[in-house]
Amino acid sequence: MSKLSRACIYAVLILAALYTLAPLWVMVATSLKSLDEIREGSLIAAPLAPSLSSWGKAWSSACSGVRCEGLQPFFWNSLIMTIPAVLISTFVGALNGYVLTQWRFRGSEVLFTALLVGCFIPFQVVLLPMARTLGAIGLSDSVIGLIFVHVVYGLAFTTLFFRNYYVSIPADLMKAARVDGAGFFTIFWRILMPISGPIFVVCIIWQFTQIWNDFLFGVAFAGSDSQPITVALNNLVRTSTGVKEYNVDMAAAIIAALPTLFVYIVAGKYFVRGLTAGAVKG
Amino acid sequence: MQADRWLPKLILSPTLAASLFFVYGFILITIALSFTESRLLPNWEWAGFERYAELFDNERWWTSAQNLAIFGVLFIAVSMALGLLLAIFLDQKIRGEGFLRAIYLYPMALSFIVTGTAWKWILNPGLGLEKLVQSWGFTSFTFDWLVDPDKAIYTVVIAGVWQSAGFAMALFLAGLRGVDSEIIKAAQVDGASMPTIYRRIIVPTLRPVFFSVTLILAHIAIKSFDLVMALTGGGPGTATDVPAIFMYQFSFSRGQLGVGAASAVMMLMTVIAIMVPLMYAETKSANAR
Repeated sequence: MSKLSRACIYAVLILAALYTLAPLWVMVATSLKSLDEIREGSLIAAPLAPSLSSWGKAWSSACSGVRCEGLQPFFWNSLIMTIPAVLISTFVGALNGYVLTQWRFRGSEVLFTALLVGCFIPFQVVLLPMARTLGAIGLSDSVIGLIFVHVVYGLAFTTLFFRNYYVSIPADLMKAARVDGAGFFTIFWRILMPISGPIFVVCIIWQFTQIWNDFLFGVAFAGSDSQPITVALNNLVRTSTGVKEYNVDMAAAIIAALPTLFVYIVAGKYFVRGLTAGAVKG
Repeated sequence: MQADRWLPKLILSPTLAASLFFVYGFILITIALSFTESRLLPNWEWAGFERYAELFDNERWWTSAQNLAIFGVLFIAVSMALGLLLAIFLDQKIRGEGFLRAIYLYPMALSFIVTGTAWKWILNPGLGLEKLVQSWGFTSFTFDWLVDPDKAIYTVVIAGVWQSAGFAMALFLAGLRGVDSEIIKAAQVDGASMPTIYRRIIVPTLRPVFFSVTLILAHIAIKSFDLVMALTGGGPGTATDVPAIFMYQFSFSRGQLGVGAASAVMMLMTVIAIMVPLMYAETKSANAR
């Protein structure tokens, strides 16, 4: 390949990278500027006198709807919603995947296919009955209700992840273990768990990102006290009291994005694996 | 052991029960609801296709459907084109490939609400991109798509593509890495140029990847709710309504459960209409290989 065409390829790749990074840069820069500087300066200029005051406001005093406590309470809502939902759905998915690969029974493949439908449906089609059900069992407007919903609709994905991972384990290994008298749980703990590290990481990251970033279930089922951070962020941006504070909006958006960005930065490899594993879900 | 006979089934049963009830059961309930007189509250009086007639008479529904078509087609086409281009370029033994890949993919870690909020700021006509370009000397430059009812849907495409092109890139790159390098070498020996090799040999072998990328992007497009909510809120007016927003508004804000259910059923039908032929075609071509 000629030097010129290689140079062009690099140019395109670098331009694309700059384009991808630009919104993040604009968000960070805007969040550190004062409103005057935003009005007078350039969108992409670095802040002249960086200040974290917008971050402080976004975290603890900006108004989201009628509440003016910043994103802080909603950040904790999201956290106490996401952690149990991720752990439960992952763990149950692991057991399901174990059963569906190592303890197959007549019809188990059909059941797995039937389960997969849950990955494909647009969730709008379950919103109305779920709203009534949550009301009937007293879980509407609560974080527990959201945990429940995320576990229920996450199971199809987590089961898929673990099934596809465990399906390549040689059957002989299992047979040998059973001949030695190992039972259902012994095999799971002693043989499968030690080799399941990567898939647990992939599944936990996938679920964490999905649940933390969810908006639909949050806006449909949460009350004003149990809102996840995505819903609160959207409200905060829409709540206008006088002057529009773009710097606070941007700080709030970054705060809402930080946990998933952090996960991406420390475990990007597993994140990509989850994406591509979810991609071959057909 | 005796327990091992029923234990696996017992372990699986809660998930199956949940799926049966919360997925299949709820779909049936929503379908049933769409055939009733339900307004503010569920009312199980049979109404036949009245709710659907109401839905199809609703101008807003057709705006939503049209927006979804525009957004879906452009979003899928542009994300795929960019993704494929970046993947092919990255596949040329590029220095810093891992680093570039990581940059292209980070938007996938963000919530669509964050993406929408960021782009809403960038694209706002007063202080955003428009002012930036004007400050470079192009004083007559205008870019007010965000507040232009005819153009606002394209801002959703811009933000959506920004978020998802890297994802398409990752899938295509994984596909490219699976192509047998012997074939490429053989073609090179025969004197084929790299662009020809890609066009005639490599890209055709990526067929399954095209299927899955289309499948996932279509899925994201049909479910698109948060991105539109954060970026335009369906506005200006109802100019960027999509079916997901229509469904939410009619079901939860306007007290029109029946119409909301009917629109949800239509969304499900759309997903089925797109997924089933694609998956059928893919299994068929997979079997043929």
